[in-house]
Amino acid sequence: MKFEGEHLLPGQIGHFFVLLAFVASIVSSIAYFYASSIKPESLSATQESAKRSWILFARGAFFIQFISLLTVFFIIYYLCSNHYYEYLYAYKHASKELEPKYLLACIWEGQEGSFILWSLWHCVLGSILIFTSKKREAPILAVISVAQVFLLMMIVGIYFGSVRIGSSPFVLTRNEINGPIFSQPNYLSFITDGIGLNPLLRNYWMVIHPPVLFLGFASTIVPLGFAYSSLSTKNLGDWVKPALPWTLLSGCVLGVGIMMGGKWAYESLSFGGYWAWDPVENAALVPWMILICGLHCMAIYNATGNALRASYLFIILSYFFVLYSTFLTRTGILGDTSVHSFTEAGMAMNVLIGIYVVVISLPMLFLFIKKYKKIPSIQTEENISSREFWMFIGSLIFFLAALFVIAVTSLPVYNKVFGTNYADPQDREFTYNKVLVLVAFIIGLLTAISQFLKYKNTDKKYLFKKLIIPSGLSVVICILLSIFYPIEYTKKGPGFLWAVYLALFASIFSVFANGAYLKIVLKGKVKAGGAAIAHLGFALMITGMLISSGNKKVISDNRKTGLFIPFDKDPTGRQQEDPLENLTLLKGVPTQMGNYMVTYLDDSAASEKNRTFYNLHFQKVDSLSGKVTEDFLLTPDSYRMKDNNLSSNPGTRHYFTHDVFTYISTISARDPADDTAQYKIHEMGLNDTVFYSKGFIVLNSILKNPDNERFHFTPNDTALVADISVYGQDSSKAKAYPALTISNQQINYINDTLIRRNLYFSLLGLAKDNKFKIGIKESENLTDFITLKAYVFPYINLVWAGLLIMAGGFVISIGRRAKAANYVTLVSVILALSGLCYMFLIANS
Amino acid sequence: MKTSSIIILVAIAAAIGVLLMYSVDFSTYDTISSAKEKPGKYVHLIARLDKSKPIEYDAIKDPNYLTFYATDSLGGSTRVIYHNTKPPELEQSDRIVLKGKMEGNVFQCDNILLKCPSKYKDDKKQLEKTVTQY
Repeated sequence: MKFEGEHLLPGQIGHFFVLLAFVASIVSSIAYFYASSIKPESLSATQESAKRSWILFARGAFFIQFISLLTVFFIIYYLCSNHYYEYLYAYKHASKELEPKYLLACIWEGQEGSFILWSLWHCVLGSILIFTSKKREAPILAVISVAQVFLLMMIVGIYFGSVRIGSSPFVLTRNEINGPIFSQPNYLSFITDGIGLNPLLRNYWMVIHPPVLFLGFASTIVPLGFAYSSLSTKNLGDWVKPALPWTLLSGCVLGVGIMMGGKWAYESLSFGGYWAWDPVENAALVPWMILICGLHCMAIYNATGNALRASYLFIILSYFFVLYSTFLTRTGILGDTSVHSFTEAGMAMNVLIGIYVVVISLPMLFLFIKKYKKIPSIQTEENISSREFWMFIGSLIFFLAALFVIAVTSLPVYNKVFGTNYADPQDREFTYNKVLVLVAFIIGLLTAISQFLKYKNTDKKYLFKKLIIPSGLSVVICILLSIFYPIEYTKKGPGFLWAVYLALFASIFSVFANGAYLKIVLKGKVKAGGAAIAHLGFALMITGMLISSGNKKVISDNRKTGLFIPFDKDPTGRQQEDPLENLTLLKGVPTQMGNYMVTYLDDSAASEKNRTFYNLHFQKVDSLSGKVTEDFLLTPDSYRMKDNNLSSNPGTRHYFTHDVFTYISTISARDPADDTAQYKIHEMGLNDTVFYSKGFIVLNSILKNPDNERFHFTPNDTALVADISVYGQDSSKAKAYPALTISNQQINYINDTLIRRNLYFSLLGLAKDNKFKIGIKESENLTDFITLKAYVFPYINLVWAGLLIMAGGFVISIGRRAKAANYVTLVSVILALSGLCYMFLIANS
Repeated sequence: MKTSSIIILVAIAAAIGVLLMYSVDFSTYDTISSAKEKPGKYVHLIARLDKSKPIEYDAIKDPNYLTFYATDSLGGSTRVIYHNTKPPELEQSDRIVLKGKMEGNVFQCDNILLKCPSKYKDDKKQLEKTVTQY
């Protein structure tokens, strides 16, 4: 059958380039491996030229692969932006209302596209390494090329017998999905729009966060490549120095990428925070933590010659956990434990990802074990007052913490392997927090003290003298904090509260100690202080996390508002220890929420279909002076999706010291179209009475051009306002003022509503005999309401500021280790910081 | 390395190890009938909404009170109370993971994870359903 309107050429070109990239990656891995097997020690002239030609050949293949992947990337973008829904990828991820930046995000929303993004970063990093890594080019690029073979295998989409290897982004909708419409040649005319980007993901972070995170993931292969380049030679330690800037880069980008995810979750997803210990978050955090351990061991080796074996191990493991995370998050194995929605990628895909995990990291581990004895290690004793000893202890604890996190996260894997049915603990966050708060305490102390320790040996008097001021200062601050701004996280008992205080002390101590180190020891030489700045930022971030999470307040606690009427007592008589976090706001009814009087004013439609913004007016009144001290509008929004699925974006008011954070948890199910009640028109004279289901209504008077608190008409206007009293059966009384104005020979009706009585009023005009036409509508369930959660996050800006400082410290260190010129480092720091500052602190406030 | 250093290392590692052992109190996946046998124990139920029985939720009366009935594939049935808002897609869900404990005849739930067909646009069956609607 010939189908009408299909554009098959771009897909065919795209698939050709996928295959070409795949073949080129195989060729470049073989050629690079061959080149790296020609050892440099015994190089004769002929071997030299053979090696040279192998490398040139491999480079050619690598660049062909790079260009092919770029082409594939642009073709996918082309398919999505032209809405070629004959392609499944465009159909699933694009839709006509999407702006260009979100069309870009479509590419990495899907499994295939994100693999392409990852491998493109490999290509970029590989190209830089081709020109900079000199004699290490062959082994490093060999490792990267093998990784490319596996990444590309996930998207080749070719058949071996009946098994399809990988899934191509260029498959056709009609071949993948069964449906009656595909038996018609003009099926495309039925598909009017694609499914589109998930509304939850329509946020500028969806454009920024995945590329940064994937650059972070992709960059972890570079230290691994350097490690491999030495493992296969006799100089087992000389990879560390050139690999340091790359490891720093990886730590910086991955760390920032992870926290971008946190900021995104905080800003636009309704998790109620920036970190929830969700398996997907953990899966990204663990490789970063192990990489940081590796980084510290490499720094130790670089300074003292110790810890080379640990450097190897941590670098290999961090890459292993990058792949393991990929396995966790992409095979659907986490299905029941994560709020992120996962898909069964299909058996063939799971096997592929599994092979990738095993094939890259296991040989590396074998090689490491085989060479273990030969890796030089210093047998003399490490002095207990040396910097390297405590750095090593710190790395070890950080590593154990990472293992703990991944061990708990891997629960679904144990269930699969051993057939058990264990599930998450009752309070997942607390399970992690109670261990990591102690880790934070130890790491805080270590990052503070070991800055002042010297490699090899430190004079104790010197240490004591330098640390006395920072430690004294942080003790004082902690005492002041506990008096004037105590942490009120009491629901886990006093023991945990103590642990929080200990961690808080340690991290404040670390902030001061690193600051003092910069000022006293380095005498403000920022260039040499990358590490101190990064540690200062990290400690500040932890401080911010402890304070903002410890004193996060639910202000939508409806037991404190007076609105809550316990209609349905819990039949078991159970007392709730946790505050009930949801509060219902009736439209137009001011409700007390924390210190704020909150009114749900109205809602407004957005440009995207099914998206609504809710205007919430917050007002804080000083109880003594009666003055309004804060007055602002928050507009959380929600998408009402197909199947009544609701997805909400929070509305947040940013202050320097805290954020007021709201999001919608329920909206009234009423659709305006469902309101079938009609206006009933009554002809009423003055003081006439009409009954309604719950009482009666009196027309008191008709006011002409009134100038009162509600209406401000002038004598030149033509306006009538009906003064109506409503008496309920419970002898309650309310007033309504529907109005009618005439301007430019047009009649305008200003209707009035009594929301809590479900009554609508309309003044429709004059009738005979001095009577007036009053429209009254009584609706079954007219009440407009939203249910929301609202929190105050104090000092959340410390978290973001800490992250920025940490990133700045990383960049300074990279510049120093890579021996970049001062101005290059300066420009990179300024660029990185201004970009991050804009994204984290300015863009959304 | 000094012996003292090694001792410190081992002690720290051991302390953390012990901490881990005690800190993680895993719960289990249960059926409704096996959960009823251990009242008060925190479990995960994999169940589905009983559509023949009413869902009670009125956000105006109390936004933090939802009650409905859940059944599982083995025929167990229980009333569920959830002190939170009603997940909007509850009626459309085809599988729900309920976290909480049995108290009396009621499952006191503190977390609901819904498995909704519409969330899974990569799911082929769901795509087929979407396509058939044209």
